[in-house]
Amino acid sequence: MEEKITFCQSGGCTAKLGAGILNHVLEKLPKGEKDANLLVGYDSRDDAAIYQVSDDTAIVQTLDFFPPVVEDPYTFGKIAATNALSDIYAMGGEVKTALNIVCFPEKMDLNILGEIMRGGSEKVIEAGGTLAGGHSIQDATVKYGLSVMGTVHPKKIWSNNSGRPGDRLILTKKLGVGIICTANRVNEASEEAMHAAITSMTTLNKKASEICRKYEIHACTDVTGFGFLGHLHEMMDGRLRCKIYADQVPVFPEALSYADEFLLTAAGQRNRNHVEQYVDFTDISFVMEEVLFDPQTSGGLLVAVKPEQAQALVHELQEAGLPAAVVGEISETDDPQTLQNKEITITK
Amino acid sequence: MITVNAMGDACPIPVVKTKNAIKELRGAGEVQTLVDNEIAVQNLTKMAKQKGYGVKSQKLEENKYEVTLSISESSENVSSEQKMTDQDNQVVNHNDVSECYPDARKKNTVVVLSSSTMGEGDSELGAILMKGFIYALSQQDELPTTILMYNGGAKIACENSPSLEDLRSLEAQGVEIFTCGTCLNHYGLTEQLKVGEVTNMYVIAEKMTQADLVVKP
Repeated sequence: MEEKITFCQSGGCTAKLGAGILNHVLEKLPKGEKDANLLVGYDSRDDAAIYQVSDDTAIVQTLDFFPPVVEDPYTFGKIAATNALSDIYAMGGEVKTALNIVCFPEKMDLNILGEIMRGGSEKVIEAGGTLAGGHSIQDATVKYGLSVMGTVHPKKIWSNNSGRPGDRLILTKKLGVGIICTANRVNEASEEAMHAAITSMTTLNKKASEICRKYEIHACTDVTGFGFLGHLHEMMDGRLRCKIYADQVPVFPEALSYADEFLLTAAGQRNRNHVEQYVDFTDISFVMEEVLFDPQTSGGLLVAVKPEQAQALVHELQEAGLPAAVVGEISETDDPQTLQNKEITITK
Repeated sequence: MITVNAMGDACPIPVVKTKNAIKELRGAGEVQTLVDNEIAVQNLTKMAKQKGYGVKSQKLEENKYEVTLSISESSENVSSEQKMTDQDNQVVNHNDVSECYPDARKKNTVVVLSSSTMGEGDSELGAILMKGFIYALSQQDELPTTILMYNGGAKIACENSPSLEDLRSLEAQGVEIFTCGTCLNHYGLTEQLKVGEVTNMYVIAEKMTQADLVVKP
């Protein structure tokens, strides 16, 4: 039993450093000479780097790892890999190769590590990529993830901040997995809720990304540690405004009831501290606010699509079994009322 | 009153422990929870607001906070919806926790360095402490608005000071840095000022009187 407790701490994307703290450090880093082939770097607010190697090919490079979110090592491996692979899909790319990132206590049962990596490699294969190696170090606690390389056409990259006024915003997975996993840690989550959350966290964003590629996508991001509102804030990029219809946002109903029990993460509160100032909540319940700030491990894609295509896209995503919905729209900037509002307006 | 020790516990454990303590009260009373981080303070405060409990919090020392919840007979019967619209109640609660609440912490803090050393005693140690203080200052989440340097403190902003890099980092993050001109003149350092601007006693007096908090190490 003791081993189990060490295995699952505050895991997943709730373990992410807060955006506020991170900005302090990133701003101070020395910047080298610009490389014109680096199409997306950390100057932009994207998680991945994109490097153009020829007229029709750019490489997408990304990595993600975190401590366990669930007790079962095999499931944890699948979740961590699904989450890491997602960054490629959020850029509109295809997965090619992946490398394991492993931190593991020397004294822990090696079978656990085997199970984690089995889960991870299954997901890489499902993504159509090859697991090509990795790096493992001893550490006091378990952490696992992947460094992933993918490719994308340089003209078809989805930035996270290139949405246009009028675009409809579509979310492809339900929110609330952070709260459900937190409730599970204190044995307050129902088996059904946890099962639904795990199914969501182990669903690759591959299908969602492939379907989206058939439409005119102006911006895309995956919803992870900074929560729905944190990533939406990045998408607005200080120049856009949007309206969100809370009733349309896909949510795990159990997450709302666990939020009502205040089974909340530290990361959720950090997200609130960082983003709340940009958000205008009109008539939104406390529990829904919490879900909108909830850090998502392996969350869905949030896309800005040309308005005329939104219904068709959502329909196709739903046909593919995804709980996708139009959750809001990027506001027209010439609307005087919009200009007076905060960056993100949330109504029922 | 029930005291809950949630030091070293990650969220949501402090909230879970506190909720259990509130149940134990079986009615009105106080629960005092000790936590080691501010986010836990905020999560407890959030719960208190929703539930309509009174809440006070204070920082006891580095990484030690005390949150006191007052549960009245009626608080449990009030739904969270009603509390959400109870503006007066929210304002009072918010003020109570201002010292721990980051959104309210954006106050006008002025740091005054009146000597090149920190504390009294050995001056060599004092110089090391001052360097450490300025470094630590540059790493805070909430930075001061202004740093004022006068008398021996003027030397900290001049050539050969071990703190120049940290002061520049603070300046780059938007902190105003002012050094007393009379003092630079007195020490013959006018040409050697390396960071921030020269100022006069009117500005120094104004900055200090208008500050919400003056920090003098």
